[in-house]
Amino acid sequence: MQQFIKSLNKAKKVQEQQKSVRDMKIGEKGIICCLTDPEMSLKLLEMGCIPGEEVKLNSRAPLGDPITIIVNDYTLSLRLDEAATIKLK
Amino acid sequence: MSQVLAPPPASVPHTTTASSRKVAKIALIGNPNSGKSSLFNHLTGLNQKVGNFPGVTVDKKTGISQLTPSLKAQVIDLPGTYSLYPKSLDEKVIIDLLHDKKADSYPDALIITADAANLKRNLLLFTQLADLQIPAVLALNMMDVAEKHGVKIDLAELQQELGVPVIPVNGRTGSGLAALKILLSQELEAPKSTFFQIPEHLLVMVRQIRYYFELSNDYLAWHYAHQYHKLSFLSEDDKQYIGELVKQYGFQSQALQASETIDRYTRINGLLLDAMRVTKAENNEQFSNKLDQVLTHKVFGYLIFFGVLFMIFQAIFAWAAYPMDLIDTGVATLNAWIHTQADGPLVDLLTDGVLAGLGGVLIFIPQIALLFAFIAILEETGYMARVTFLMDKIMRKFGLNGKSVVPLISGVACAVPAIMATRTIDSWKDRMITIFVTPLMSCSARLPIYTIMIALVVPETYYLGFLSLQGLVLMSLYLIGFLAAIFSAALLKWVLKTKERSYFIMEFPTYKMPRWKNVGLTIVEKVKAFVFQAGKVILAISVILWVLSSYGPGNAMQQAEERATAELTTLDLNEADAEAHIGGQKLEASYAGQFGKFIEPAIRPLGYDWKIGIALLTSFAAREVFVGTISTIYSVGDSENISTVKEKLMAEKDANGQPFFTPARAFSLLIFYVFAMQCMSTLAVVYRETKGWKWPILQLLYMTGLAYGSAFLVFRLFS
Repeated sequence: MQQFIKSLNKAKKVQEQQKSVRDMKIGEKGIICCLTDPEMSLKLLEMGCIPGEEVKLNSRAPLGDPITIIVNDYTLSLRLDEAATIKLK
Repeated sequence: MSQVLAPPPASVPHTTTASSRKVAKIALIGNPNSGKSSLFNHLTGLNQKVGNFPGVTVDKKTGISQLTPSLKAQVIDLPGTYSLYPKSLDEKVIIDLLHDKKADSYPDALIITADAANLKRNLLLFTQLADLQIPAVLALNMMDVAEKHGVKIDLAELQQELGVPVIPVNGRTGSGLAALKILLSQELEAPKSTFFQIPEHLLVMVRQIRYYFELSNDYLAWHYAHQYHKLSFLSEDDKQYIGELVKQYGFQSQALQASETIDRYTRINGLLLDAMRVTKAENNEQFSNKLDQVLTHKVFGYLIFFGVLFMIFQAIFAWAAYPMDLIDTGVATLNAWIHTQADGPLVDLLTDGVLAGLGGVLIFIPQIALLFAFIAILEETGYMARVTFLMDKIMRKFGLNGKSVVPLISGVACAVPAIMATRTIDSWKDRMITIFVTPLMSCSARLPIYTIMIALVVPETYYLGFLSLQGLVLMSLYLIGFLAAIFSAALLKWVLKTKERSYFIMEFPTYKMPRWKNVGLTIVEKVKAFVFQAGKVILAISVILWVLSSYGPGNAMQQAEERATAELTTLDLNEADAEAHIGGQKLEASYAGQFGKFIEPAIRPLGYDWKIGIALLTSFAAREVFVGTISTIYSVGDSENISTVKEKLMAEKDANGQPFFTPARAFSLLIFYVFAMQCMSTLAVVYRETKGWKWPILQLLYMTGLAYGSAFLVFRLFS
């Protein structure tokens, strides 16, 4: 748990420059590093976006937002501002 | 595959037994899209009842299942959820039920549904439930899909690891159901395994809560510590007690929930290493992906979506018209027949009051059935998720949700089924906004008023040979309604404060064939809900309106009739017009007529007189009644014929001998009907959907206010 809080705090500092799911290209894969929004992270964790899991950007809506990602073998759709809270390693 | 595995040997003596009470209560719980509804439908068939969870707008679906020829059980369908930490108001009913052993519907056992193709994520909720130590069985759905994806599940191993009986079921065919029923008819034990260790430094606090509330296990107490402020059955003192403990121990709920979730996933990964084998590396969703390239395409995606919307619109606008006419003539014929058999005030109450009101309820059934047939198919196939995906960005700007599109467009046909369709919107705030603004869309009942008022004052001019001026006016009325809906939504987004945070994050399901049984049961459920819940209100109001327009103070009605009959000798009228003349005089003398005169001062600024006042009152039953009422009050015999009504209205003179229906008056009326709530059925259905009178009353006030203000402006502007 302590580790998780640390990762949250650390994430806050590097939040600006670190790459997130929002910045991925279609078809690109990455490894989830951490989740930066404490409240939303609970929802994301429950949906299977766990640090260390592989995530792939699957598609974007015609207007660019929302997007779909593949994580834990199934497809999730989420808005860009939500995707921005999933940082990559 | 569907073999029944023997339940694991008992190790914990159970306290609650299925047979110790008369009818065992079984709760169905699982992730969204895990086949929960199908299983509920298979277990209960048509023996379903929709009630309320106390205090929330969530439907509580219960049903009776015949487990064995001699044993019945009550099955409660809980809202789909990903975890026991609720993120929405809908999910909150789950902890209110499962965390309160004294609750009326506290279940004796749980059926936990899981999607075998997404087992890892589905097991998260399972492990939380198992730690609550409620007797349970795991119904493993969609094994065939999992196998197609190259996922092989060792059932015996899984059952061993999970510590509860595991039954493979198939929501489509219903296989495995017999085994599930047999198992449920026996006494189930509390799960053998636990999956989460409460951190040691917090165990003291958890135990304190556990003993204070006499809870059966630590994990339940742990949930009390996390969610005490959300549990509606706890008293303020109880909440304060936990609140102080939590503060004293520096209990960081959010971080602890996050690490609990990570711990659980680690544990699940470990146990699935033995119980699950994945042979194909890539998930085989090629078909869905290919289809998505077309259905969510920049151009085709929207074209197809608008095609689908157009078809839905056609169905509730045009196709539904046939059965609706049938119901209409059926009720009219029945009424006429009763009138030939008997006469008197009681017969009038039965026919013109009760039966007419009943007809007013039944008339909506075709539209509701058709709309929900479409919505159920959109949901079942997975297309609804794509609709949300396509429309979210646009709709979000106005405080709406991608899913608000379907109710809004359906509102152009009729607001009643449209408001019922907002069920698909998960976020409470988005749903309330959608419900609130949908009646502003011009529905088909406004069309008769639009047609007659436009015919009255807009000349039949054509621009460029084909652009009809009347058509343009009609179109702008629809546009005004749409803009009012959109901007009211934007306003509400800003006004409405909510504690609940709304997420968009959702599963993007693969395309599937619809399960027709579910489609059928959805239609039955929606029609039943409308007839029995909104129908009561509609019936009551229509009887009241009938009394108001059939009775007058003292013997005023009788005098009016005698006077009108006497006048007939001096007037040269045909039979229909003569009858209408008497009807008009009687209506003027009735309570409705009194009401019209009473509100005249209030509506005079809009250009209306007491006659229109009567029509405003009676058309509250349904807007199209407006035309019928003004036909009666202006003594038009043949109200079916628009040109007759039009001639009569054009001949109507004001006090100065000038035509009464000036463009200013007609436009003022048009704008009034664009915005005004004027529909008891909509109010009744909003009451049902929001489970209270707060929203319908706010809506009535807002829309009437908007209508009054705009009509006033229009009348000033044109006169």
